[in-house]
Amino acid sequence: MLGRTANGLFWMFRYLERAENTSRLLDAALRMALTRDLERAEEEWRSVIATLGLKQQYEANNDGYDGASVWNFVLRDKANPANVREMFCAVRNNARTARTNLSTQAWEAVNENWMKLDKQLSRPVSQLALGEVLARLRRTGMQVHGAMDGSMLRNEGYHFARAGTFIERAESTARILDMKYYLLLPSLSYVGSSLDSGQWDQVLRSVAGASAYSWLNAGNIDARGIVEFLVLDDRFPRSLAFCRSALRTNLDQLERIHSQPSEANRLMQESESFIAHMTVDEIFEMGLHEFLTQFMARNSAVGQAIADDYRFLA
Amino acid sequence: MAGDQPGTPENFDEMHFAGGDIRPAYDAYCDWYQEQEPALLKRKNAEADESFRRTGITFNVYGEDEAEERLIPFDMVPRIITAAEWRKLTRGIEQRVSALNAFLYDLYHRQEIVRAGRLPERLLRNNDAWLPNMVGMTPPGGIYTHIVGIDLVRTGPDEFFVLEDNARTPSGVSYMLENRETMMAMFPDLFSKVAVEPVSNYPRRLARSLAACAPPKFDGSSGDKPTVAVLTPGIYNSAYFEHAFLADQMGAELVEGSDLRVVDGRVQMRCTRGFQPVDVLYRRVDDDYLDPLTFEPDSVLGVPGIMDVYRSGGITIANAPGTGVSDDKAIYSFMPEIVEFYTGEKPLLPNVQTWRCADTDSLGYVLDHLEELVVKEVHGSGGYGMLIGPTASKKEIKEFRAKLKADPENYIAQPTLSLSTCPIYTKAGLAPRHVDLRPYVLVSPNGIEITPGGLTRVALKKGSLVVNSSQGGGTKDTWVLKD
Repeated sequence: MLGRTANGLFWMFRYLERAENTSRLLDAALRMALTRDLERAEEEWRSVIATLGLKQQYEANNDGYDGASVWNFVLRDKANPANVREMFCAVRNNARTARTNLSTQAWEAVNENWMKLDKQLSRPVSQLALGEVLARLRRTGMQVHGAMDGSMLRNEGYHFARAGTFIERAESTARILDMKYYLLLPSLSYVGSSLDSGQWDQVLRSVAGASAYSWLNAGNIDARGIVEFLVLDDRFPRSLAFCRSALRTNLDQLERIHSQPSEANRLMQESESFIAHMTVDEIFEMGLHEFLTQFMARNSAVGQAIADDYRFLA
Repeated sequence: MAGDQPGTPENFDEMHFAGGDIRPAYDAYCDWYQEQEPALLKRKNAEADESFRRTGITFNVYGEDEAEERLIPFDMVPRIITAAEWRKLTRGIEQRVSALNAFLYDLYHRQEIVRAGRLPERLLRNNDAWLPNMVGMTPPGGIYTHIVGIDLVRTGPDEFFVLEDNARTPSGVSYMLENRETMMAMFPDLFSKVAVEPVSNYPRRLARSLAACAPPKFDGSSGDKPTVAVLTPGIYNSAYFEHAFLADQMGAELVEGSDLRVVDGRVQMRCTRGFQPVDVLYRRVDDDYLDPLTFEPDSVLGVPGIMDVYRSGGITIANAPGTGVSDDKAIYSFMPEIVEFYTGEKPLLPNVQTWRCADTDSLGYVLDHLEELVVKEVHGSGGYGMLIGPTASKKEIKEFRAKLKADPENYIAQPTLSLSTCPIYTKAGLAPRHVDLRPYVLVSPNGIEITPGGLTRVALKKGSLVVNSSQGGGTKDTWVLKD
């Protein structure tokens, strides 16, 4: 397979995951905003922009943090080059680049949804239309992953696609946790105190984990439980531990296919043992922010190593 | 049939006799058509568009700021050719394609045809596609044009003419294939009633045909097959869909210039496991951009040094650089002589009568008859830069006259043919529209293969003679009936 094609598959799935996660973030914020007074609602929208790292660009172009301005900025505003419409365009362009290594079903799932989304996002999105746009974004992810699962050859292309998915997903979960932790618990002394359960509920919703969490914890929401769940529980498909072990499988397969050990897998194993030997207590002792910062640095180093090992770029 | 209008006596309608009866080729189809619910046909017609968009069969059009993707309209009434008609066409096409390859070989070697006084030397000098770098170089297998499209028009039951030769880079074959797929998905029962020659094996034939042209440096001793790759300018190219489609269907890599590099005297592609040699490159990048060391120095679409590798037998480039010389319309006007010179036979497929404006007598005639003629630029393509006398305004004719006088060598003229018509589906029922036909031909050392049918292009506007997709033309599925 060409290095450029591998790069296309990897980034197609990174952007797909990013678009899906961004839509979930908006969805969770919308839900929170609807159940809060105006001032608290504004806080929610502010935190969406902060989580996405768009504070500067947003404030340069907007006066306040009302919902419609925020979701339009995130979804489609040209002043925000990282808007969801652009992400989706990147999904499709990467899919076109990798077209010869993508099953027809997977390609059509991307193309069909892109046609609809691109049209929906060509005009400002009203509150009425927002639900449908966000639902389509999530559905697209599911359709593409479903098509991959059911129709793609398990060759190296498949593993590059999956690697992109899990690198991005781990980054997203870590970032959401980091941002909310920062906002809610500026110092360690608050850990263990009673929590604003609405905020944590939102965190769980942003990673599609609200139901799973409550199955496991019978309604008790506390910082320990959430960190345990989102960082260490390898049964939850968006936890850092799950993303590590999934990525590990893909990198192992790539090594096997290429009959050659990779730097990416070496870094991966380091990163995996960094998590594996930690307990929630140790994470809090280290500082959750410090822990997540280290995790994200390791995660992005693995991504870079994949690109180098498999000659993504000339 | 509801809403149909039999062909006017002035032009040949492929479905109807002048009196309105159905011609034998369309008998079975029309029986089927009449049994269909009008509402069903209407719905199917709307679905076809959606299906093309979903599959991504689009071409890019560049406007002022943003690139836009458009569909080439598809008409769901097939264009039907009988087995006997096709056999006859096949012989003519084979003869013409053999002559084209012999001609190209001769042009880049001894130029016997020029020495024999049958072709003026100036036609080469004035030809933009002529590549001095190719002189004396013999491509692997001696083949210049591996993939050829011969554009045909019809004016009567037995009257087929060649309108244009596309030896350089004939495009559109993906439409031939997708049109058939779409038809079979829309009307599966139709194909159980009418026996049609399949076209779906084209990509496999193309792959085999290209693999048969491996360069001298390809080492087949270990039993490996030659590595074939398709070179595309990239996702923003108007024909990217076709490049990806063909690579996908052939199981070949789809490469861009940045993926390729000359390593150890071979052109190699950057793969996830390192550089691997390419044996046969089906390039969809123009000659000018192929090698920045030899041609356009700023090109980033090509591969620096590929021409040296080519000359030393390290790669096969299909079609060969310099092939476009025969697509020139001034050369076209000599095709009857060219066919006879290299095959020793009379051409089986005639040319359309052509006046070369470079000849003073012809120029005089053309200037006196602009209102009746079609005048084309010798290097033009895509329906641009031409004058269609009968539909042009007085002002357009006046302006064209000035251009023609200023540079007569740049033009040829042809009579306005009464092209055959074939019905298209409209809201009001079937309506005749003018069509042409581009059959696709593959050439390898093992011989010439022609896919039955080809791409039928149709002018969707009533009375229009322009079938180019860039100017509002559409396409049809083209059937060759089995005996």
